[in-house]
Amino acid sequence: MTRTTKVSLIVNGKGHSLEVDNRTTLLDLLREHLHLTGTKKGCDHGQCGACTVMVDGRRINSCLTLAVMHEHNEITTIEGLGEPGNLHPMQAAFVKHDGFQCGYCTPGQICSAVAVLEEIKSNIPSHVTGDLTAQAEATPGELRERMSGNICRCGAYSNIIDAVAEVSGRKA
Amino acid sequence: MKAFTYERAASIEAATKAAEANPEAKFIAGGTNILDLMKLEIETPTHLIDVNGLGLDKIEPTPEGGVRIGALVRNTDLAADERIRRDYGLLSRALVAGASGQLRNKATTAGNLLQRTRCPYFYDTNQPCNKRQPGSGCSAIGGITRQHAVVGTSESCIATHPSDMAIAMRTLDAVIETVNADGVRRSIPIADFHRLPGDTPERDTVLEKGEFVTAAMLPPPIGGKHIYRKVRDRASYAFALVSVGAVIQSDGTGRVAVGGIAHKPWRMETADAELPKGARAASSVLLSDARPTDQNRFKVALVERTLSAVIAEAKG
Amino acid sequence: MQFDTPVTTNPIDRLKVVGQPIPRIDGPLKVTGRAIYAYEWHDPKVQCAYGYPVGAAIAKGRIKSMDVSGARAAAGVIAVVTAPEVGDRKKGKFNTAKLFGGNEVQHYHQAIAVVVAETFEQARAAAALVKVDYTEEPGVFDLAQAMQTAVKPELESGDPDSGAGDFEAAFKSAPVTLDQTYTTPDQSHAMMEPHASIAAWDGDELTVWTSSQMIDWWRTDLATTLGIDKEKIHLMSPFIGGGFGSKLFLRSDAVLAAFAARAAGRPVKVALPRPFLMNNTTHRPATVQRLRIGAERDGRITAIAHESWSGDLPGGQPETAVMQTRLLYAGANRMTAMRLATLDLPEGNAMRAPGEAPGMMALEIAMDEVAEKLGIDPVEFRIINDTQVDPEKPERPFSHRDLVGCLKLGAERFGWNGRGRPGLQRDGNWLIGTGVAAAFRNNLLVPSGARVRLDAEGVVSVETDMTDIGTGSYTIIAQTAAEMLGVTIDKVSVQLGDSRFPVSSGSGGQFGANCSTAGVYAACVKLREAVAQKLGFNSEDVLFEDGEVRSGNRSVPLAEAAGPDGLVGEDTIKWGDLSETHQQSTFGAHFVEVGVDAATGESRIRRMLAVCAAGRILNPITARSQVIGAMTMGAGGALSEELAVDTRRGFFVNHDLAGYEVAVHADIPHQEVIFMDETDPMSSPMKAKGIAELGLCGVSAAIANAIYNATEVRVRHYPVTLDKLIGGLPDVA
Repeated sequence: MTRTTKVSLIVNGKGHSLEVDNRTTLLDLLREHLHLTGTKKGCDHGQCGACTVMVDGRRINSCLTLAVMHEHNEITTIEGLGEPGNLHPMQAAFVKHDGFQCGYCTPGQICSAVAVLEEIKSNIPSHVTGDLTAQAEATPGELRERMSGNICRCGAYSNIIDAVAEVSGRKA
Repeated sequence: MKAFTYERAASIEAATKAAEANPEAKFIAGGTNILDLMKLEIETPTHLIDVNGLGLDKIEPTPEGGVRIGALVRNTDLAADERIRRDYGLLSRALVAGASGQLRNKATTAGNLLQRTRCPYFYDTNQPCNKRQPGSGCSAIGGITRQHAVVGTSESCIATHPSDMAIAMRTLDAVIETVNADGVRRSIPIADFHRLPGDTPERDTVLEKGEFVTAAMLPPPIGGKHIYRKVRDRASYAFALVSVGAVIQSDGTGRVAVGGIAHKPWRMETADAELPKGARAASSVLLSDARPTDQNRFKVALVERTLSAVIAEAKG
Repeated sequence: MQFDTPVTTNPIDRLKVVGQPIPRIDGPLKVTGRAIYAYEWHDPKVQCAYGYPVGAAIAKGRIKSMDVSGARAAAGVIAVVTAPEVGDRKKGKFNTAKLFGGNEVQHYHQAIAVVVAETFEQARAAAALVKVDYTEEPGVFDLAQAMQTAVKPELESGDPDSGAGDFEAAFKSAPVTLDQTYTTPDQSHAMMEPHASIAAWDGDELTVWTSSQMIDWWRTDLATTLGIDKEKIHLMSPFIGGGFGSKLFLRSDAVLAAFAARAAGRPVKVALPRPFLMNNTTHRPATVQRLRIGAERDGRITAIAHESWSGDLPGGQPETAVMQTRLLYAGANRMTAMRLATLDLPEGNAMRAPGEAPGMMALEIAMDEVAEKLGIDPVEFRIINDTQVDPEKPERPFSHRDLVGCLKLGAERFGWNGRGRPGLQRDGNWLIGTGVAAAFRNNLLVPSGARVRLDAEGVVSVETDMTDIGTGSYTIIAQTAAEMLGVTIDKVSVQLGDSRFPVSSGSGGQFGANCSTAGVYAACVKLREAVAQKLGFNSEDVLFEDGEVRSGNRSVPLAEAAGPDGLVGEDTIKWGDLSETHQQSTFGAHFVEVGVDAATGESRIRRMLAVCAAGRILNPITARSQVIGAMTMGAGGALSEELAVDTRRGFFVNHDLAGYEVAVHADIPHQEVIFMDETDPMSSPMKAKGIAELGLCGVSAAIANAIYNATEVRVRHYPVTLDKLIGGLPDVA
C-alpha cells in the first residue's frame, strides 16, 4: 500500500480529483491544494472552529478530518456561500452588524451560523435546550451555545449573535 | 504526523483482520481525537483503517426493550434521536454538554468512549508521561493538577477520562459490544470497560489489540429524572472540572456517576444506596478514598455541592 | 505637519463622513474569505516550500549537539536550518529573547531549527526527527519567590518610582485604610491567526508576506537579525488575523522563513503551530500588586500607594501595572513603585493595554473595597476622588477628562441605583451581583505618515504602512480622506501594510486610529494645497465638497483638477509638546451584572455596559466593536484566562486553545456601549483619542466586584474561578 490516495470530492459545486498524501487534512487540501484559503487554520486541533466547513450539509472542523475520508462528499466553504457583490444573507448580516474585526475566525463563524440555523430547524438539541422533547428554537441563548465552537478573540460575539438572530428571523 | 498507509475497510471482518495483521495499525472513525494526537505524534500508527463505511450507524431497539447504538453513530445523531431524548435523556444531555457542534457532528459513539485524556503533560511530548511513554514518569504529579483526578489515582498517573457521554453510559449501565479478528465477541459492562491507571496507565480500557467496538447497548429505560450537570470555567466548549450524571426516582433512590475526577467514569453502587440520604452521604462514599492535590482539592467539595444541586433539581 | 497648538475648526468637523456609522469597507472581502492573510499568498508560478519549526524542549541551558541526519534524509526534505549553524545573531531592537540562532536556550519552545520540505506534511514529520542533546541549567520560574530578589528596573522611558507628599505619614493617620495584595496571572494574546510568514529571496533582496502590527519595526529588526540592509526588505501585511500586541515585534516565523528560504533556494512559508506559539512568542507577564489606600470618612483619598512586581528574562521590562494609579484618582500623598525579577520563562511583553489592564484589575478591586469600608457607593467614591489635574504634578491639567460623566451616565443607564448589599440577591439557583469599575488608558501620540493620490478619475488613493488588525483602519482612513477631499467614501481606495508606503504609527497602544488618521489628514492637507495651487486658487478659502473644488464663485470637478497625471500629497504628522503640558488620557466606566451558581460557584455574566469618553469617535460601528471586543477579553481575564506555570520545568503548561480558555459565545451576553459626545482639540487634528484598550481597562475588576456583590466572597487573585469561591458560598447540603 502507498502513502498517498486518490480522492474525488465536490467543493462548492465543482468536482476535484487529486492524489494526496494520506496525512493531508481536508483543511490543508482546501487551502494548500485547491487554494481556497477562505477556510482558516487557527489551531489545527479542533479548538477554535476557524476551519469550519459544511460536508454534505453538516458543519465540521476540517482540520480534524483527513481529505481521503471524503470520497464523493460535497463540501461547502465560505467561498461557496457568496462573493463580494453577491453575498449570502448570513454574510450580509455579518457586515451589517459588524460581526467580526480581524476577519480570521469569520468564515468559520459564518459557515457555522448557516449550519446552526439548519440544526435548529432539524430539531437537534443543545446544551441549553430546556425540554428535550420540544421543538428547538433560535433564541439568543440557543445561538450562543451552538456557536460556542467558534472562538472570536476580537470578541465580536454580541454582534455575531445579532447577525445570526436577524437571519433566523428573530431579534437578539 | 508520521506517514501511514490507508484503507477503507469493506467489512468488520476485513477491518479486524487488517488490524491483527499490523500491530501498528489503528482504526479511524470520526477522527476528532486520533488526528489531534497524530499531529503531535502522541499516536503514531503506520496504517489507518477507515471504518466509516461499515454501516454501524444505526440506533435500534433490542428484544429486551433497550436500545443498541452502533459504534459509528455520530454524537449529534445520538443526542437528537427521539427515543434517546425520551427514554435516556441523561445520555442526550451528556452528549450535548461535550465539545462543540462541529465536533459532535463527526465524533462517534465508540470514539467518544475511546478518547484519551486531556492531561497537558500527556499532550506535550517533551514531558515525561507514563501514559504516553511507559516508564518515563508522571510529570503531572507535583505539577499543574487543577484538572486532574482525585480518586483512583496511582503513583504512575493522575489523568482523568474526559468523556461526558461515558458518564451517562456508566449511569445507565451500558454494555459495550466488541469483536476481534477471530470473530470472538465480547459484551463488556461499561463499569469494566475503562481501567484505573495502576502501573499501566498506557492502557485506558480493557480492549485487546485489534479488538473492535461494534455497539453500545442500553438496558430498558428505568424512568426517573435524568440530569447531567457539567461544571466548568467557561460556559461551553470546555472539559469538565466535575460532572455529575444522575437518574433519580421520585422516591429519592437513584444512580449517580461522576466525571472529571478519575481515570474512568466514577460510580459506586454503595454510593447510589446513600442517595436517598442526600448529597453529603453519597459523595462521602464516592470520595472516601480521595487523594487530591492542593490544586484540585476543591473537587471534593464541588462534587458534593454539584450532586446536591442535582438532587434538588430532581425534586424540583 | 507639526501638531503643537490645539486645533480649532478644520474640514473634519463637517462630519459628513467621519463620525458616521459606515460599515467596514473591507467587510465584503472578509465575510467571503477573499481577504488574503500572510500564509495565503499564492502565485501560480511559484511553488512555496513548507517550513516547520522545532522548539527547545527545555527552559534554560545550551544545545550540546543536534542530530538532523534523520530529518535531512526524510521524504521531501529540502533543507534543515539549525540555530547553532546560523550562529549568534544580532537581536532586533524590540526583542528581549533572541528569536533564532546560537546554542543558548533562553526559554521553552525557543526556535532551534526549521525543517523545509516540499509539503507541509513532510516538513512536520521531519521536524519531529530532529534530535537534540541539551545541557540543562537551573532556571527561575516562580514569580512569588523571585519577587524577593526583584530590583528597581531601568525603564525604556520614565521612572519606575514616583510620588508626591508624604504617603507613609498620611496612610498612618488616615481613619480608613486598606492594605491588600492582588495577583494577575500570565496571559496569552491568543489571536486567531497564528504568526505566519512567507519569505522569498531574489538575489540579496527579500520579500516577506507576514502578519505584523508594525511594518517598519519588523522590517528594521528583521534586517538587523539577518544582517542585511533594511532597504533590501519588502514587507507586506495587508490583513492581520488579530495581534493584541503579539505581532508588535518581529517574531520567529519571519526569521525562520527568511533563513529557510535562503537555504532552500526558493520561497518558504512558515506558520507557528498553535501548541508551540504560546511558549515561543510573548505573553502578558504575571504581576503581584500591593495597594494601600487611606481615606477620610467623607470619602476623600488622602494616601494612595501602588507597588507592582513582575518578572522577565534578563534585559526585559516590567509590566507597568502602577501607571494608571499615578493619574486616575486625587490624593495629596502618594507613591508608586515597580520592581522587576529575573525569570526564565518565555519573554514577557506588551499585550493589549500593557500596564493598565492588569493594573486596573487590582486598583479597581481595591477601590471597591475602600468604598465598602467607607460605606460609600463605589460610583460615588470614584466621583469624590476625581481630579482634573495630574495628581503628581498639579500644574499639569488633563486635556479633557470626563470620568465623572461616564460614571453618572453609566449608573443611570445600567440602573445602578437600588443595587443590593453583598450576598443578598437571588434568582433561583443564581446569586446575583453588580459591579462597577472605572476605565482609564493614556492616549499616546506617535508620528504617522501617509501618501494620498488623486487621479484623473477623481479617485483618491491612500497609501500608508498602517495596519488593520481588525481595528477598522481601512475604513476610518477612507473616511478621513473622503472628508478632507469632499468625496464620498466609494471614491477612496486604501492600501495598507506595505513597507513601500510612508511609515505610520502602526497598530498598538490604542494610538493607531488617532495617529494614522491624523497622518492621512496631514497628507490630505498637502494634496489640497497641490490642488489649489494647480488651479491657482487661494488655498485659504478653498472648499472641497461634493467632488468639487470651490473658491469664491469658481468650481472645478476634482477629477479635472487632478489632470491626466494626477496629484500627490505626502506628509507625516509630528507631535509637539501638548502631551507634555497636558495629560492626555481616555476614560470610561464599566458596569456588570453576574450570576454565580449557588452550588457550583460558576460565574456567568448577565449584563455588561461600558461608557467611554475618548474624544471624537471616528466611526461608531468600528469603535463599538473595539470596545465590546475588549469587554470580552476582560471577561476571559476575569473568569478563566491563565497561563499555568510549571515552576519546576519552566513553561506554560496549557499551551493551546483547549487549555488556555478564552471566552466563548456562551460566556458573553448582549453588550451595551455608550460613547460620550466629546472632542479633544489637543489630541490631534482629528480631535480623537484611542479606544481599543480603554475597553479592556477595568472590565475584569468590574466583574470581580460584581462577583463579590453576589457572593460576599472577595477574590484578589485572578482569574476568579469557582475553586476560589465555593469555600465561601452558602451551604447547600
